[in-house]
Amino acid sequence: MSDEVTRAEAEEFLYLEARLADESDYDGWEALWTDDAIYWVPAGRADADPQAEVSVIYDNRNRIATRLNQLRTGKRYAQSPASNLRRLISNVEILGRDDRGDTEVGANFLLLESRPRGLQLWGGRTTYRLRRTADGLRLSYKKVVLVNLDEPLPTLGFLI
Amino acid sequence: MTELLERRDYGALIRPTEVHGSLYTSEEIFRDELARIWYTTWVFVGHESEVAHPNDYVRKKLGPQDVIMTRDRDGQVHLLLNRCAHRGNQVCEDERGNSSSFRCPYHGWTYRNTGELLGYPFNRGYGGKGALEQRLALGRVPRVDSCQGFVFGSFAADGPSLAEHLGAAAGELDRLARLSPEGRVELTAGWLKHQTRANWKLLAENETDGYHPQFVHGSIFSVTDSPIGALYSDKSAAVTRDLGGGHSENDLRPEFRKFGQPMRWFGTTEQRVPEYVAAMRQAYGADAEQILVEGGPHVMIFPNLFVAEIQVFNIQPVAPGECVQYVTAVQFAGGRELNRRVVSQSIGSVGPAGMLLADDTEMYERNQAGLAARSPEWLDVSRGLVREAVDADGHPVGTATDEVGIRGFWAHYRALMEAE
Repeated sequence: MSDEVTRAEAEEFLYLEARLADESDYDGWEALWTDDAIYWVPAGRADADPQAEVSVIYDNRNRIATRLNQLRTGKRYAQSPASNLRRLISNVEILGRDDRGDTEVGANFLLLESRPRGLQLWGGRTTYRLRRTADGLRLSYKKVVLVNLDEPLPTLGFLI
Repeated sequence: MTELLERRDYGALIRPTEVHGSLYTSEEIFRDELARIWYTTWVFVGHESEVAHPNDYVRKKLGPQDVIMTRDRDGQVHLLLNRCAHRGNQVCEDERGNSSSFRCPYHGWTYRNTGELLGYPFNRGYGGKGALEQRLALGRVPRVDSCQGFVFGSFAADGPSLAEHLGAAAGELDRLARLSPEGRVELTAGWLKHQTRANWKLLAENETDGYHPQFVHGSIFSVTDSPIGALYSDKSAAVTRDLGGGHSENDLRPEFRKFGQPMRWFGTTEQRVPEYVAAMRQAYGADAEQILVEGGPHVMIFPNLFVAEIQVFNIQPVAPGECVQYVTAVQFAGGRELNRRVVSQSIGSVGPAGMLLADDTEMYERNQAGLAARSPEWLDVSRGLVREAVDADGHPVGTATDEVGIRGFWAHYRALMEAE
């Protein structure tokens, strides 16, 4: 098993991932994911079963590609023009390793989204799983638990 | 025009081929709508499967009203208003649960899940037990009825029955249920809640508007080779139908019959869902082929229930320029193999990040912003009038992209708003 990811390495990766998402760099962001990736934003409650209950997002790698391809058309109106985004990531903790050897990392975030609709504040807790590969760290899992996941949410067209 | 608005002359604001922009923006009109539509007619609230067991309850909306849908110990479903008869506090805080009673946290008054007052602490202050029970209770939506498990409430003590309100649209809910091997649907996959800064009527009109998909959804159709776009083109055999009562549908069956392939309506083949297809053939025999070819309904039931083949939308108004779309994935009893796919497809399509509905919602919000412009004051709803026909059942029909359903919506809306 490869070495555990250190907090410094994890933070560097999380900040990169955040910047690529903030800047709607779809190619750069897509390159971070492993082929078996899961990108999940639950709705209602954090421990919902994503196979049996609806989520805001529950993408496997194929659907991540579809989502990004739709964005790349420039006619994904919910994100065309793209939102102006900046997010802060804090409270980064190494939580351990899963059975595939990926390092689980937890962090809190605050995100400001500006659109003609207005300034929207998003916030919550993210769980990441990071894998060491020949090309450096890659993301195999990202679960974003919004603090208001049980309330009506405005359109979420950007990469959260 | 100002004068028409002040008089709220709905006959003048709603013409056969155009409607006035103030109908989407005026506070006064919104208040009229609450009184004449949301607090009068039958409104979709939830589904019986959400309170499957005795004493289950779940909180819901009926317009801006906070209601508790309960199932009592005898199995009957009630819609109670979440307001203590003492000081007006909310008696139910949890989103859902199982309890035979609700206890107000403020002074401990307790109500049965049928609404009746059970007790109030230190009751000698009122003259002892029995003093208030006859006089006070939780508010109740006076009429509650259901169709295929879909629960509707009406705040009017008298008026048309639910069956009369639904009319031909009831058959569409029957069609939905027939996609279950057990003839029954459940809404147990949870609800996405999508805040929408637009008037609720823009949504109701859009649900059976077959003119927009090629444009609003071109981005996702182009990257997935989706067959949905072709359903809503000039070449499509699908029709738009005014079902009466403000209800309308995109009837896609003629298009699916052209191909005659089971499960094409779901974007798959029968080989991908063999257990489901076998269960359907077992259950429906010779009728199964037709059901599997024709698929689910695409129907907007006035004022707030939209069934989009495999999703159910519950639209609830908040203000003239705001509403919430509650949406879930339909679960077909006995259709486990299909149900997981329905959940997955729905997550991809609908809700705040859905690859279809986020774009619809962006249009609703830009539409609402556009309506703030001073002119032209009217919205045109004439598309297809030049080729509108009447079908064998007497329903106006147009092609897949015609505004037949929108005109039907406004005719019924006007009738309700002008009713004495």
